[in-house]
Amino acid sequence: MPSTPAKTPRLTGEALHAGYESRRVLDGVDLAVAEGQLTVLLGPNGSGKSTLLKTLARTLTPSAGRVCLDGQDIHRRNTREVAQRLGILPQGPSAPEGLTVRQLVGMGRFPHRRLWRQDAERDARAIHAAMAYTDVAAFAERSVDALSGGQRQRCWIAMVLAQETDLILLDEPTTFLDLKVQVDLLELLSRLAHEHGRTLLLVLHDLNLAAAYADRLVMMRDGRIVTSGTPRDVFTATHLKGVFDLDARVLEDPETGSPICVPTPRRGARPSARPASPTVDRRCIS
Amino acid sequence: MTHSASLNQTGEGTTDAPRARYLRIATLLGLLLLTSMGLSLALGSFPTSFVEVGHALVTPQDSDIAFIVWELRLPRIVLAVLVGAALAVAGAILQAIVRNPLASPDVIGITSGAALAAVAFLALFGTALSIHWLPASALTGALLAALLVFLLAWQRGISPSRMVLVGIGLSAAMGAVTTLLIVISDDAAAMYAYVWLTGSLYAAQWQDVLGLLPWLLVAVPLCLTRARHMDAMALGDQVAQGLGVHVLHSRLVLMACSVSLAGAAVAFAGGLSFVGLIAPHIAARLVGRGFARLVPTAALIGALIVLYADLLGRVAFLPKDLPAGIFVSGVGAPFFVYLLHRTRYRSG
Repeated sequence: MPSTPAKTPRLTGEALHAGYESRRVLDGVDLAVAEGQLTVLLGPNGSGKSTLLKTLARTLTPSAGRVCLDGQDIHRRNTREVAQRLGILPQGPSAPEGLTVRQLVGMGRFPHRRLWRQDAERDARAIHAAMAYTDVAAFAERSVDALSGGQRQRCWIAMVLAQETDLILLDEPTTFLDLKVQVDLLELLSRLAHEHGRTLLLVLHDLNLAAAYADRLVMMRDGRIVTSGTPRDVFTATHLKGVFDLDARVLEDPETGSPICVPTPRRGARPSARPASPTVDRRCIS
Repeated sequence: MTHSASLNQTGEGTTDAPRARYLRIATLLGLLLLTSMGLSLALGSFPTSFVEVGHALVTPQDSDIAFIVWELRLPRIVLAVLVGAALAVAGAILQAIVRNPLASPDVIGITSGAALAAVAFLALFGTALSIHWLPASALTGALLAALLVFLLAWQRGISPSRMVLVGIGLSAAMGAVTTLLIVISDDAAAMYAYVWLTGSLYAAQWQDVLGLLPWLLVAVPLCLTRARHMDAMALGDQVAQGLGVHVLHSRLVLMACSVSLAGAAVAFAGGLSFVGLIAPHIAARLVGRGFARLVPTAALIGALIVLYADLLGRVAFLPKDLPAGIFVSGVGAPFFVYLLHRTRYRSG
């Protein structure tokens, strides 16, 4: 793990309460997003991790508490100025039919352009760099909706990169993708943090991928943060049980040292070479 | 145009083909519109040659032909162009906001609101009272209906799909009242109301042109300043906000443009709003997605459609002067079915 000097967090949430019309989701959350690191929000469905990300991204306005970006309340700041510092990629974005990759990536320049003031050269450089980094330049002129899921997601990440923000929030960027594609995307994102000094906050579903790639894990349950810290510190059997109600053993990857969880199958669910005994069968039926 | 060409200048030597294509198409459509206006000016129930028309144009006070050209045909032609452009731009805005290709100014109650107000006006005052007040009442009806849809659909912000549902419901209700009013009013008023509902430019005057023009002069440039916002919102509200678009604000501005354009056009020409559905589609097929290119192209196409629909109504069934709305629908309906047939729905 690269040593990162502790810098003052630029994005913080203080005593956040937020939710939707009928349902309160966040129940007093404090979070400081660690600078230059990849932080992953983990938690079971309905734990509030996406809601927390949306609140930090100013998509949702908290009912109490506040989100601060560089010391100022994010909801009171000019949204375009925020967009010059903070990029977001929501869950499952969809591009209109026929929009080309280059056009999509170009949209990332929106906060830097004005009707009367445009820096075409800087825009072109940023777009070029973003497409090169995500490796989408090869199909720049094709339409986004014709690409595979993984390629498409790389295009969206390229759009956020073209925005040239230090902070990037991504809501489930790897969901519904093949494992190999998920790994590639996480490699790409962690290089952004470690080699380019960007600050990333992700919501992920896959526990082991989160443990393998996150610098910091934030575990949530019922709208609160249960624990947070490095995977080594917080990715423990006790926390997995407490947060996910998951019975699992946590092992250590002998190569990287990152923790891995292996769910403990309940009795009877385990695939077995021997046929289940008749007594168990009878108990199941009764 | 508000779009810079920079999207395609990445130092890889790619040329900006879409932009060149747009300029070519817009120029062609512009020329086509001008020649069509000239053609329309020369055709009518009273036979006139191009030379006579040309002469009458430069010497306005000279003759009977000058009167026909300047007071009968030209205002009608200009009004047709403006009405077509206004409806097309209103439709383009609405389709982009709602993110549904089948949206038109009808779906948020504009047309039915205008129709109800116009028919109520006719039923109350008959055709006797100055017909000049009809556009004003229709416009009021359109704006009130749009406002009502907006208020009913408001729920901590505005959701386009909710707006469409409310609009369709309200339109149906207003349609019922309109029909009721037509049925119970006297024959002359009912006939007039019916022609108005179909959409007609009959007896258009310069006064009508001057009534409609300001709406276009304000709303079209205003919506063009929001073109990039619109392109960003096509990626979804969350992405747009992430990019720094004030989504609610932009949507309100654009809705106001769409409603006032459609409302004003319907007020002066009646129920021609089908143009607002098809013109943006034809434009999108020609010049692609960017909103800044779509709007002028759609405006030109809308103008052409209404111009030719009105020309057909004027000259094809002489001595009858038929409402342009018949021909707009005649062209529009098959196209609409074709769109339904080929549109692959995306869930949204």
